[in-house]
Amino acid sequence: MTSTVSANGLLAGDLPVLTRKDFVSDQEVRWCPGCGDYSILAQMQKMLPELHVAKENIVFISGIGCSSRFPYYVETYGFHSIHGRALTIASGLKTARPELKVFVVTGDGDGLSIGGNHLLHAMRRNIDLTVVLFNNRIYGLTKGQFSPTSEFGKVTKSSPYGTTEQPLNPIRIALAAGATFVARSVDRDTKHLEETLFKAAQHKGISFVEVYQNCNIFNDGAYAAFAEKDVRQERMLFLEDGKPMRFGNNREHGIRLNGFTPEVVHDAESDDGLIVHDATMANPLLANILVGMDYPNYPVPIGVFRSVEAPTYDELVQKQVDAAKAKEKPDFDALLRSGETWEVS
Amino acid sequence: MVSNGLMTTEMHSPPEHVVEELDRVTIRFAGDSGDGMQLTGTQFTRTTAVFGNDIATLPDYPAEIRAPTGSLPGVSGFQLSFSSSDIRTPGDQPDVLVAMNPAALKTNLGDLVPGGLLIVDEDEFNPANLKKAAYTSNPLEDGSLRGFQVVAIHITRQNELALEGLPLNAAGKFKSRNFYALGLILWLYGRPLDTTVKWAEERFGRSPETLDANLRALYAGHAFGETTEVFHTRYEVAPATVRPGTYRHISGNEATALGFVAASILSGLPLFYGSYPITPASDVLHELSKLKSFGVKTFQAEDEIAAIGAAIGAAYGGHLALTGTSGPGLALKSEALNLAVMTELPLVVIDVQRAGPSTGMPTKTEQSDLLQAMFGRNGDSAVAIVAPCTPADCFMMAIEAFRLALKYMVPVVFLSDGYLGNGSEPWRIPSLSDIPKLDWEYAKPVEGWQPYLRNPETGARTWAVPGQKGLEHRIGGLEKSGQNGDISYDPRNHHEMTLARMGKVANMTRDIPPLEVSGPSEGELLVLGWGGTYGAISSAVEAARSQGKSVASAHLRYLNPFPANIESVLRSYKKVLIPELNTGQLSLLIRGMFLVDAVPFNKISGQPFKIREIQGKIDEVLGLRGPYVLDFPQGSALSGG
Repeated sequence: MTSTVSANGLLAGDLPVLTRKDFVSDQEVRWCPGCGDYSILAQMQKMLPELHVAKENIVFISGIGCSSRFPYYVETYGFHSIHGRALTIASGLKTARPELKVFVVTGDGDGLSIGGNHLLHAMRRNIDLTVVLFNNRIYGLTKGQFSPTSEFGKVTKSSPYGTTEQPLNPIRIALAAGATFVARSVDRDTKHLEETLFKAAQHKGISFVEVYQNCNIFNDGAYAAFAEKDVRQERMLFLEDGKPMRFGNNREHGIRLNGFTPEVVHDAESDDGLIVHDATMANPLLANILVGMDYPNYPVPIGVFRSVEAPTYDELVQKQVDAAKAKEKPDFDALLRSGETWEVS
Repeated sequence: MVSNGLMTTEMHSPPEHVVEELDRVTIRFAGDSGDGMQLTGTQFTRTTAVFGNDIATLPDYPAEIRAPTGSLPGVSGFQLSFSSSDIRTPGDQPDVLVAMNPAALKTNLGDLVPGGLLIVDEDEFNPANLKKAAYTSNPLEDGSLRGFQVVAIHITRQNELALEGLPLNAAGKFKSRNFYALGLILWLYGRPLDTTVKWAEERFGRSPETLDANLRALYAGHAFGETTEVFHTRYEVAPATVRPGTYRHISGNEATALGFVAASILSGLPLFYGSYPITPASDVLHELSKLKSFGVKTFQAEDEIAAIGAAIGAAYGGHLALTGTSGPGLALKSEALNLAVMTELPLVVIDVQRAGPSTGMPTKTEQSDLLQAMFGRNGDSAVAIVAPCTPADCFMMAIEAFRLALKYMVPVVFLSDGYLGNGSEPWRIPSLSDIPKLDWEYAKPVEGWQPYLRNPETGARTWAVPGQKGLEHRIGGLEKSGQNGDISYDPRNHHEMTLARMGKVANMTRDIPPLEVSGPSEGELLVLGWGGTYGAISSAVEAARSQGKSVASAHLRYLNPFPANIESVLRSYKKVLIPELNTGQLSLLIRGMFLVDAVPFNKISGQPFKIREIQGKIDEVLGLRGPYVLDFPQGSALSGG
């Protein structure tokens, strides 16, 4: 009755060198041709070997939705659970087994609608999970109803007269809930996406990545106006820690603050006065300003909004257990006899 | 049981108290929810248990933490019954009622036996409190209590006098009245004070003033009994003859928590408990969260769904996974419980049942979640169901729940109830070394391994957990192929996988003890029960037999599957009576599964059965009387009136 589970992840030095192919499962990928999910899967599979974690110590957990098929396609442990609840399962697994590397794959419906509550609480606990939220601003699996991130007035199958509700901004939610790592990337920019996933996976604590993902069937071109290759540099702001905020084909434009309001500085000759990005601010004031920037009024910020260190939930729980064990040798018979007892002979 | 008139007004000193020996006494302490009645009852229970009596308790408290002081909804009660012989229920009706205010009198008097002893705090029967209790005249003066032995004592004033000189204001002193009452009752039944003194010293050690006040009140109450002539009789209840061993007093929820830790030790797997606070199950969370030195991790989740989700995650990770709740929480957990059925993970779900539907009556007991546990999920989805039958039995059934979950890779629902969870009894402490270890194994990375390889005997699939090299695989809520674990919509596969999942639960039939019968192995009548009604049913049936009636009883602790011999037991009697604290859920199963024309007997008042209620129904079914009808007298907290 001994455990066959390795207590800890193997040391990187003991690992065989893994490649992208090692993380490709034998399952046929069944997303619609042209779906943005393919790119996210590919970048993930490319990135995973770089983590130097044995693949048996990696787990992907998902809920329900197109994105949640993801675990079937990655050759690690995987759990395709029920709608909205991936984070609960991941939280239990990580708390029980802190040595595992646990990813959660979710979507805008799964993570922000039916599972919104769990997202908040996983973030405030700072449990060491990497959460990737595929935001296509539509319900794809159920064939085209509006989602909690669909823009106001959007016409869909379930809103033929246009929606009458405001969308959520996932990054704003993550910041509000105290997530220690918050980032955004986009399916079309494969290099940026791979780098962002890598940074998120390396973060200790909750890491949240919103990926702008195109659903070419039910919401095609949702991000095309700013995310396509030819306009990307002009219409997106690539956040780089410690650097002034610049964008444009030749990085000629900048962003400065006027009070609390960001302003575009066209053809900014000098970096003076431009905002220098700092994702490590204890109080995410800057991140909260950036999150309000959107196309067409601003370039869309992309990259790491926040990255700070804090004790993780799973680690704190383990510490309490270890401390309790160190303090008192567990003696169950003594526990049963604690309090008042009496003898009958 | 309590007899004789009691008061004379002649003065002489010191008074001689007649000592009368009794076999069994039932006492109810009732007061405002701020009066410390639960504490008073618990302390009397501990003392009495240590003294060696058999004892059973029934705390009865309002859902409101603090309803308006003195109001009818704010009344909190604690009933206990102790005896020199074996008892299994906290008593049908109190022989003694301690009412700390008019509201407590009004809501409890209906239960007191005719001629019973009624002790009241006379000081609290003032116009304001009488009005709050909707009395139009003072019952202490209007003759309405003529049928009882009324002892009206100035508890508040006497207690204040005892605490004179302490640096406490009147409100602070008022808080010790329950210790005064406790001291008095301890004297009345010849109980030593040392158990309470020791407890108070531990509890209030850091607050010498509180300790001093409570001990002074305790001694003063005791001395009042000793030195006054208010009572001319005191009572003795000799210790019960029980099996030799070391005993303690234990509640059902405590036994539940300890049982699951025992399962962790017996299996060698760390215990993970995911839970969201809910009455009356929260005590299990409180108990387990203290036991970190046993490797227990508790996860207070953001909601019921997260609680079971986290437990499923822990089960997937190879730990001993537990979640706990009450009825409304079980409803919320349904979808996730079904995921555990589908992914065939070992998981135990505690349901400390309470009166429903919906929010119902959170602090009142009921057995109305049986069908929810049995069928409350989409699809054909079987879980195993076990039900402890006494507070202490929660310990063994907790271990049993995990034995089955681990061996068959099936979720198990553990159906406790508020009566068991909050009730308590003396417990002969077991030794872990006497309990068999729990078997389980993780999957072995063998050639041709796949996630749904099954044990040919049990039907259980293998348990491959993250971290095991070479066993990387995917599971989930979608139907999977029994051949390779891939997603499958194959018609034959779904048919076979459904039967395989259901079959694992059916296979347990071979692995659980047969249904035991108490009484004749065939005859006129079998009374069949399950869960927390054991005490009342077995007591009623024994009483009927002692009157020469041909009645047997049997009690189910396994509800799914049923024990293998249940049908032959049912068919050995001309009639089967099924008393339940619901509208007939076990009856429905028994009638549906075995075509046995069982007679249901149902009580849905939020309170446990009384022995005499079951006796009345037995007599009706045996044709010894006309129809037996439950009555719910006014002023009866126990009848839910």
